[in-house]
Amino acid sequence: MTRKGNVKLLQGNEACVEGALYAGAQFFAGYPITPSTEIAEGMSRLMPQIGGKFIQMEDEIGSIAAVIGASNAGCKSMTATSGPGFSLMQENIGYAYMTETPCVIINVQRGGPSTGLPTKIAQSDIMQARWGTHGDYTAVTLAPSSARECFSETVRAFNLSERFRTPVTVFTDEVLGHMREIMTVPEEGELPVFDRIKPDVPHEWYRHFEITPSFVSPMASFGEGYRYNVSGLTHDQDGFPTAVPSEIKDKLDKLRLKIERYLDEIASFRTEMMDDAHVAVISYGTVARASYQAVRMARDRRIKVGAIQPFTIWPLHEVKLREMLGNCRKVIVAELNMGQLVHEIRRVAPRHTEVFALNRYDGEVMTPHQILDKIREVL
Amino acid sequence: MKTATAKTNKKDKSPDADRYEIRLSGSGGQGLILAGVILAEGVGIGDGKNVVQTQSYGPEARGGASRADVVISEGEIYYPKTMKLDMLLALTQEACDKYYPDMQENGTLIVDSTLVTQVPTKKYYGLPFTRLAREEIGIVMVANVIALGAIAELTGIVSKDAIRDAVLARAPRGTEEKNKRALELGMSEARKIKRK
Repeated sequence: MTRKGNVKLLQGNEACVEGALYAGAQFFAGYPITPSTEIAEGMSRLMPQIGGKFIQMEDEIGSIAAVIGASNAGCKSMTATSGPGFSLMQENIGYAYMTETPCVIINVQRGGPSTGLPTKIAQSDIMQARWGTHGDYTAVTLAPSSARECFSETVRAFNLSERFRTPVTVFTDEVLGHMREIMTVPEEGELPVFDRIKPDVPHEWYRHFEITPSFVSPMASFGEGYRYNVSGLTHDQDGFPTAVPSEIKDKLDKLRLKIERYLDEIASFRTEMMDDAHVAVISYGTVARASYQAVRMARDRRIKVGAIQPFTIWPLHEVKLREMLGNCRKVIVAELNMGQLVHEIRRVAPRHTEVFALNRYDGEVMTPHQILDKIREVL
Repeated sequence: MKTATAKTNKKDKSPDADRYEIRLSGSGGQGLILAGVILAEGVGIGDGKNVVQTQSYGPEARGGASRADVVISEGEIYYPKTMKLDMLLALTQEACDKYYPDMQENGTLIVDSTLVTQVPTKKYYGLPFTRLAREEIGIVMVANVIALGAIAELTGIVSKDAIRDAVLARAPRGTEEKNKRALELGMSEARKIKRK
């Protein structure tokens, strides 16, 4: 059997690069950091070939600042980093939320805190993705688990960020970033590609942060002749700082509602063998693959267990998740940290469901046997 | 000795029931990561199977035992890392000692017979990959390609056309002929020792 089409053996990181190009990325600014460096390398090679721009900045603070600037100039923009760099970016990520600037940030997770474990896997930035920068905002975070998904989730990240004028983070991990996997690169047109909505009103009518029925404002680029103000201060619909309570509330509601209203479209899950499951294993990223393996092993032993993998970690679709859990009395949340998403699952799980945490934080991948042992333990 | 095609001991019907796990091991500089990538491209692009290649990063990757793992399946590959090796290639004694315990009971062990002098089992294939590379091809660097030829012959996990295409696609310009000869040498030497 020979595969048809453009078949490649790609690292997760390389697949993110290909996905970004597919989605129409034109700008990358970054500061290389293990285990994300291959993304910067790939971008530095490919951006010039398509007439895009690659800049290695002085640090991660500058990188995300350049990305925000490029996006406001009309380019689909991206950066990639790992834990320490993601921490440095937080202030400006907040600026991107507030100024409603579309951009994609890939975090190839490694062990922390601080410099931590550059070459070892972890999933310990999951809560940082949600609450990393200060203030109220609604984060969108996607978590692929294969080369193919690194490609498609990066495309989706660009689409969501353009569609909702918001930063979107893609959370992978060291193992996923570095492992090579065979995949068929999608043809042009196979996956949707979304470009931001441009204003169609006369210049003098344009409001950069207009509260529309969808809560998403059309976006003019710098230099297109529209006049507006971009500020990190809480602002009115023209972008000028405001202290009027109703305007403040409107702005914050806009940041939340433009995402929450479209949760059904944003949320994406994969389930395996959940139909008759009494026990569910919830996991994401590389661990999800160990879970699928463990579920098969458990099924061979006639244990009724299934697996749920959220691709959209934030916002978590509570209603859908509760629906999927159905009659499961027991849920195991397996993650490579000391327990992060498990708190969220505890919060949203139906009352009759017992939630167990399975954690590993020694820099190694969770194995299927570890998950199988936990399944047997909670039965 | 079990080969990829003769695997019938797994009864489960899961998509990766034909899962086959390979580790290529030796010391840093023997080109094992590259061999892993070539094998994965042969299996994945040439033969159209699913394949995942992983390796260890960090201090372990420099000096000492070095390794590349390849997991192959007709169906979807869930867990990307190896669990129990169906095949182990060991080009050094240290790698053989370190990774032999990770093998399945009936797994295929292939060693460099000049560098691995104490083999922990009687059921193994030994070929002098490094010596063949130096004496027959004239460059030690192609020991990994000779090993790939032997793997294709002994396990059948990758078709000969596919591995040939994969080696040539990765061979630096001007070395195609030497790499092709190395691969064929691996196949022909393996044929001599293959159990019927």
